[in-house]
Amino acid sequence: MSELKYFKTVKEIPREDRFAKGHRLCAGCGAAIAMKLAMKALRGPTVVVNATGCVEVSTTCYPYSAWAIPYVHVAFENTAAVASGIIEANRILNKKRGRKLYDVIAIAGDGGTFDIGLQALSGALERGHNLLYICYDNEAYMNTGIQRSGATPLGAATTTSPAGTVIPGKPQRKKDLIGIAAAHRIPYAATASIAYPIDYMNKVRKALEIEGPKVIHVLTPCVPGWRYSPSDTIKLARLAVETRYFPVYEVENGRVKITIKVDRPKPLEEFLKLQRRFAHLLKPENANVLEALKRSVEENWERLVKLEESGVII
Amino acid sequence: MTQVERLAFMGDEAVAYAVKQCNVDVIAAYPITPQTIIVERLSEYVANGELDAAFIPVESEHSAISACVGASLAGARVYTSTCSQGLALMHEILHAASSMRAPIGMTIANRSLNAPLNIHCEHGDVMSARDTGWIHLFANNVQQAYDLTFISFKIAEDPKILLPASVNIDAFVLSHSVEPITPITDEDAEKYLPPREYEYPIDPDRPITYGTMALPDTYMEFKMQFKEALDRVPEVFEKAVKEYEKISGRRYWYYESYGVDDAEALVIMLGSVYGTVKTAAKRLRGEGLKVGVMGLTMFRPLPEKELVKVLRRVKAVIIMDRAYSYGGLGGPLYTDIIGVLYRNGIRIPAKNIVYGLGGRDFKLDEAEAILRMAEKGAKEGGFETHVDWWGVKR
Repeated sequence: MSELKYFKTVKEIPREDRFAKGHRLCAGCGAAIAMKLAMKALRGPTVVVNATGCVEVSTTCYPYSAWAIPYVHVAFENTAAVASGIIEANRILNKKRGRKLYDVIAIAGDGGTFDIGLQALSGALERGHNLLYICYDNEAYMNTGIQRSGATPLGAATTTSPAGTVIPGKPQRKKDLIGIAAAHRIPYAATASIAYPIDYMNKVRKALEIEGPKVIHVLTPCVPGWRYSPSDTIKLARLAVETRYFPVYEVENGRVKITIKVDRPKPLEEFLKLQRRFAHLLKPENANVLEALKRSVEENWERLVKLEESGVII
Repeated sequence: MTQVERLAFMGDEAVAYAVKQCNVDVIAAYPITPQTIIVERLSEYVANGELDAAFIPVESEHSAISACVGASLAGARVYTSTCSQGLALMHEILHAASSMRAPIGMTIANRSLNAPLNIHCEHGDVMSARDTGWIHLFANNVQQAYDLTFISFKIAEDPKILLPASVNIDAFVLSHSVEPITPITDEDAEKYLPPREYEYPIDPDRPITYGTMALPDTYMEFKMQFKEALDRVPEVFEKAVKEYEKISGRRYWYYESYGVDDAEALVIMLGSVYGTVKTAAKRLRGEGLKVGVMGLTMFRPLPEKELVKVLRRVKAVIIMDRAYSYGGLGGPLYTDIIGVLYRNGIRIPAKNIVYGLGGRDFKLDEAEAILRMAEKGAKEGGFETHVDWWGVKR
């Protein structure tokens, strides 16, 4: 594997794929890009543990597998727990029987992380296993047909938070996953975007170098779920950052650092208008929901800036 | 066989001692009464360096069994323990553990299920896990709880099997009773259970995809292979108990029995009540009543052939269940046995006694009454009812 510690340009990204072609994810799938990039950022022998979800069902349909490294799927809500078992088994078998050590990366979607898998994740973070946990967040239960999750943003339409005449989309805001992860006082937590591959891949690599539990939260646009043209995936991922909708930052030993600065944000509408899940928010009757979404985006950014400037440990 | 000193142990302590001697690599467990002492002792063994294992203090039973599956696939010898609500919370992953062919050793301190909340003995917990494809063994006393722990790992990890196995010990009756046991030596334990060798461990040099999705065109084939692994358990079990007898002097079989060779009336059961019914049967034999008692050691896979050999010889059978299949025909063991009778063409009266739910005491005179009832059924060629809930206040 690569001797390179951190990537400076895309030219340094290895050609070798450990997440292979031929998987069954949708054209333009953001999660597929997130998987491919993360698998190019490994530092050595690695095992992937994956929750039930889009990536799982689309990459491991017997007798095919898109994974060129060991891959384990057990269920939906227990990825962090399965990973805990593998990590501890590897550690003790290394000690007792000289087995080779490997990195373990747990991968789950937002449903498997923000909601049903949150308990297992919290337990694993608290116990302090040497684990990298990557959440690919497409902001709803996409695998089961676009139902709302704890990661669905305020106002977004899903099949269980439809844009009705009385209730216009999801009434609640998105959970702060990195806030929850950082509250466990883990050494490293970060958000990332597939539109900024060098930043994302270097975060994966950095996390792998750090001993203990690490969480990376990567936003992955979803063509059928967000309802946009498959050619706009990277554009949307970039707009999410440029509008400050999805701030890209890291929390190292509790200290916040915004890694993609956005000094002059684009209007949020630029991001929203490309997606039909937000179409109703741009209608005059839902101006108050749009306003609330904008306010939450602004508040979140300001909070991060203040945390970064003050150096306060979160 | 080396002579060793006898030790006085609570059931839970005896199990923990056996698990230590099995030299397990990974323990992931969550405390639940009355299994707690097992995980406490194991934590102590690990904390004091008496057992070189990773102890994962998980945040729930669901995570306990999930961590066990991961660790087992990684090639470790893996142990957990639970009961009741904890086993119910594990349920989803019990299926995954067996279908992914992940050997795991588990002690279930059989306890009733909420509601109403009750922490005492019942087999309703393991019966809800009956069809998960685990091997389920039952101990009648503390010595068996200790011995079956070794035997369960021996079967579970056999390359022909690769399935998880539970050893069931009655809540409090066994988990908290102090009995003298004769342990095997550490050397014999290591000889019996050398470090686990697994052909397909998680290994970056040999990447394997574990836990794939299988569509309707392949799913049944996966399940058939898994069923066939369970079908192979008897041959491996017979070898495992023979080998264990060599080091311990104690002989195990699919069941324990008393008086079955010439019995006309038979009573079948699971768990610690065997001792009570056997004592009662001895008394009645003194009166000349031809009664026999059978306590199943192996519940899953159900040892049909062995059961048939005994059932063919008797004239009536009572099946005692410490659980009930609500909405069904009776207790789970009862429905198994009447199935065995029917499909083997044995036409004898069979009756179900449902007893001891939620830890209700079951005493010697009650055992005597049930044996007499069986004897009467054999004489008269029938029973008045199919199922009785024993000792329920009206």
